[in-house]
Amino acid sequence: MIIAQQKPIKDIAAMIADCKKVLLVGCAGCVTVCLSGGEKETEVLASSLRIMRRLQGNPLETVTYTATRQCDPEYIEALENLVKNVDAVVSLACGVGVQYIAERFHDKWVVPAQNTMFVGGSTAHGVWEERCGLCGDCILHRTGGICPIIRCSKSILNGPCGGSQYGKCEISKDVDCAWQLIYDRMKALGKLDKLLEIQPPKDWSKSRDGGPRKAIREDVMIG
Amino acid sequence: MKTESKLQKLLDSGHFAVTAEIGPPKHASAHGIRHHAHMLKDYVDATNITDCQTAIVRLSSIASAVHILDCGLEPIVQMTCRDRNRIAIQSDLLGAYSLGVRNLLCLSGDHQKFGNEPSAKNVYDIDSIQLIYLMRRMRDEKLFFSGEPIKEHEPRFFIGAVANPFADPFEFRVARLEKKVEAGAEFIQTQCIFDMERFERFMEMVRERGIHERVHILAGVTPLKSWRAAKYLQTSVSGMIVPDDIVERLKKAEDPKREGIEICIEQIKHIRNIPGVHGVHIMAIAWEEVVPEIVERSGLFPRPKVE
Ligand code: SF4
Ligand code: SF4
Repeated sequence: MIIAQQKPIKDIAAMIADCKKVLLVGCAGCVTVCLSGGEKETEVLASSLRIMRRLQGNPLETVTYTATRQCDPEYIEALENLVKNVDAVVSLACGVGVQYIAERFHDKWVVPAQNTMFVGGSTAHGVWEERCGLCGDCILHRTGGICPIIRCSKSILNGPCGGSQYGKCEISKDVDCAWQLIYDRMKALGKLDKLLEIQPPKDWSKSRDGGPRKAIREDVMIG
Repeated sequence: MKTESKLQKLLDSGHFAVTAEIGPPKHASAHGIRHHAHMLKDYVDATNITDCQTAIVRLSSIASAVHILDCGLEPIVQMTCRDRNRIAIQSDLLGAYSLGVRNLLCLSGDHQKFGNEPSAKNVYDIDSIQLIYLMRRMRDEKLFFSGEPIKEHEPRFFIGAVANPFADPFEFRVARLEKKVEAGAEFIQTQCIFDMERFERFMEMVRERGIHERVHILAGVTPLKSWRAAKYLQTSVSGMIVPDDIVERLKKAEDPKREGIEICIEQIKHIRNIPGVHGVHIMAIAWEEVVPEIVERSGLFPRPKVE
């Protein structure tokens, strides 16, 4: 899922400094799971902003709403009436949600409350780690199910580099060397010979570098 | 495949090669590079020009190489995968060749985290093994990375790579070296060797697989200035092993710099006797002026002449 983290409250406050009334929109999708933009976080952010502004002698009015998902147009339709009466919308969704709201309500000031960071999963309670770089051409079958694109700091496809030592990456003792993990797994699977094949350069045209991507499922399209 | 590289001629004719390293400056003057080139010219067969080593912005390796050529010394241009995508790499290397550069060393490059631009966006479009492979194909099959033919004047570099016997997983290091040779590397320079025992074991594995017959291996050495420098490499640089006795020896020395030079000379003498090693690569980081003495006292002077 998408992992996001709330921006510092002073940064969010600065984006809506000249507003009197704002709508805060949470999202019940990924950001609820990573505890950064669900209903609870939306209420907490709203009240923090109000308190902050009251202390500044410039009170702020807030309205809150949590959409089932902000990355689907049908769920933000419901905002129509709420958006009308506010000076700005603060979206607590990932970057997609912010863009969808800005696109739908194009004359409204829409700001992000979160830094959308990566696609990952939780490794311990309260800890999330990046696992996939959305490269559009998955090669996990060649690397023992461990992604070198995102988990190797240099995205090396023929690793490990010379900085790998004691199982850790050269960038930090807290970061596992992805290629050590790949080596260990392939060894355990009796497939080390696979690592001797020279992996060709990656086709990044299927990744972000090829421009915005689209996925189409004609079978479920209407009309 | 023969190139116009003097280093290749020397290695192919069985000479024990000596290369050194020159780090370009963090400014826009070539004065220092030229000074070092003149100093090293008769003592080494070629010099590496680092490519923004440890991700610190420095005078470009290709521009430096041209200054070095101008001083009558043969450069080995380092090309990292960190800063350029495949378009920039090919363009820069065509340019380097047009300027007279004949040796290329392919490496992934230190992560930008260590440099003076830690917030830079890195590239790593291709990795070092892919770079070796693509350059070899560019030369031998006259194809751009994309597969498009190079109609004329393909760059004919003598292609090198690096190997680190001190990184992990150790058992895979020789296999990865072989992979680099398989991709097309013709010479290899190793990471600085302090742990001789481990290097000997590495070379044993290299010989077992016959890799030393398919590639020229140049063993890396570094003269240390002080026990603090040794300790720093031991504890703060990933992929290095510095045995305690080297730290101790420098600590006890009356003149640590002299001792550093002595240790380096001993290491070279030792390395010369390891079967399968075809040369040394002296990385006297910011201490280039000691290279002539080291070469001379290791019995590697004068350098052989080749056509
Ligand atoms: S290879 Fe690509 S798609 Fe597969 S996990 Fe890695 S980044 Fe994601
Ligand atoms: S140490 Fe491992 S994870 Fe880090 S850059 Fe090198 S190969 Fe990648």
